[in-house]
Amino acid sequence: MELVQMQKSLQDYTKSLFLDGVLDSQFLQLQQLQDESNPDFVSQVVTLFFQDSDRILNDLSLSLDQQVVDFKKVDPHVHQLKGSSSSIGAQRVKNACVVFRNFCEQQNVEGCHRCLQQVKKEYYLVKNRLETLFKLEQQIVASGGMIPAMELGF
Amino acid sequence: KENRCELCFSSLLPCFVSSPLSYYYSSMAKDGGVSCLRSSEMLNVGIGGMEPPPLDLDEVHVLAVDDSLVDRIVIERLLRITSCKVTAVDSGWRALEFLGLDNDKASDEFDKLKVDMIITDYCMPGMTGYELLKKIKESSSFRQVPVVIMSSENVLTRIDRCLEEGAEDFLLKPVKLADVKRLRSCLTGDVKLSNGNKRKLPEDSVSVDTSLPPPPLSLTFSTNSSDSSPPLSPVEVFSSPLSSPEDDDDVLTSSPEGSPMSEESPIRRQKMGSPGLD
Repeated sequence: MELVQMQKSLQDYTKSLFLDGVLDSQFLQLQQLQDESNPDFVSQVVTLFFQDSDRILNDLSLSLDQQVVDFKKVDPHVHQLKGSSSSIGAQRVKNACVVFRNFCEQQNVEGCHRCLQQVKKEYYLVKNRLETLFKLEQQIVASGGMIPAMELGF
Repeated sequence: KENRCELCFSSLLPCFVSSPLSYYYSSMAKDGGVSCLRSSEMLNVGIGGMEPPPLDLDEVHVLAVDDSLVDRIVIERLLRITSCKVTAVDSGWRALEFLGLDNDKASDEFDKLKVDMIITDYCMPGMTGYELLKKIKESSSFRQVPVVIMSSENVLTRIDRCLEEGAEDFLLKPVKLADVKRLRSCLTGDVKLSNGNKRKLPEDSVSVDTSLPPPPLSLTFSTNSSDSSPPLSPVEVFSSPLSSPEDDDDVLTSSPEGSPMSEESPIRRQKMGSPGLD
C-alpha cells in the first residue's frame, strides 16, 4: 500500500475512534506529550494501561465470584480502572466503570456482574482498536513516512 | 540486560536492583538524560558513578505522588515536558520518606533537598493526599512548599477541605498539559532570579514558555469546543468535616460523570497565589 494511502487510512481510523466515543480528548493530550525524545510515549502508556487493566479485570472476576461479595474490595478496583481509563482517554471504559461503581454502592451483585461484562466488552474493544492504530502507525514509520498531523473539525 | 524504570519507562540508564525499602524515581540531568534511581542511591551517594547531579537552583523540582502507575507516568511526562525535574513516588509514605519527614530525627541530608512543588493524588490507599498535605503543612522544612491536589472527583467539600488545609490548587483528573503549564508559570514567577530578586507574575497572565520548542502535534483538537454541555455543578457531599476521607467518596450524582466538566467552572479550582508564595 502506498504511503499516502496508509496515512489516510490512519487518519480515517483515528477519526472513527473519536466519533464512536471510544476515545476522548484525553488521548489527544497524550499525543501532545509525544515527540522526538519520547517517540513511543503513547504506546508505552497504553501498554501499561493494558497490563494494569488485565490484572484488575482478573481480580474483579475473582471478587465477584465469591459466595459473599466484598464490595469494599470490588469498588477500589473499579475506581482504579476508572481512573486509568480516564487518563488515557478510553471514554467508554471509563463510563462503564461509573455505572459499575453505582451498582457497587447499592451492593447489587447482579448489577455488578452485568457491569463487569460491559466493562470487559468496552475494554477489549478499545484494546483491539488501539492495537490496530499502533500497527498502522508502525507500518507508516517502517515505510519511512511520518505520522500525519491531523485536523479534527468536531 | 535492559532495565526499564517503571516510572518513566526510560532505559537510558540501568536501574539498580532494589532492596524492599527502596523505590524508583526518575530525575532529569542537565543534558536531558533521565536517570532512574532507587531512593537508596539518592541518599547514599557515589554508587558506581550514578549519583544524581547536584540540583540546579534555577531548576524547578517537583515531587509527584500517585498510587496509579499510569497516572504517575503521565504526570511525570507532563511535568518534564514543562521543564521540571521530577521525583515520582507511589504513596504518601514514600513521599514523607523522600522528604525525610517519616521520623522525628532531623537529618542533615534533607537540608540540601530542594522541592519546589508537591503534586499529589487525593484518593490513595493508606495515606490520602489530604493526610499527606496536612503532614507537609505541619513540617517546618516543607510547609512553604506549594502542594497541589489532584482528584478524579469534583467534590466541593473535598476541594474546600484541601484549600483550607493550605493546598495551593486543586486539579481535576485527567490532568491536562494546560493545567501543568499554568502551575509551572506560577512557579516560575516565584523562583529567585540569579540576582536574588523575587519576581511574581501577575495572577492572570499565563506565560507561554517560549524556551520550549513547541511539541509537534500529531492531532489538533479544540478541547474547548463549542459543543460545550452545560457546566455541571460541583457535587455536594453531606458529610461532617470530621468524617473519614472514605465517606467523601460517596458522590451523589444526578448526571453521568462521563459528561465533560466545564473548564471554566470557577469552583473546580482556585488559582495559585497564596500568601506563602509572595
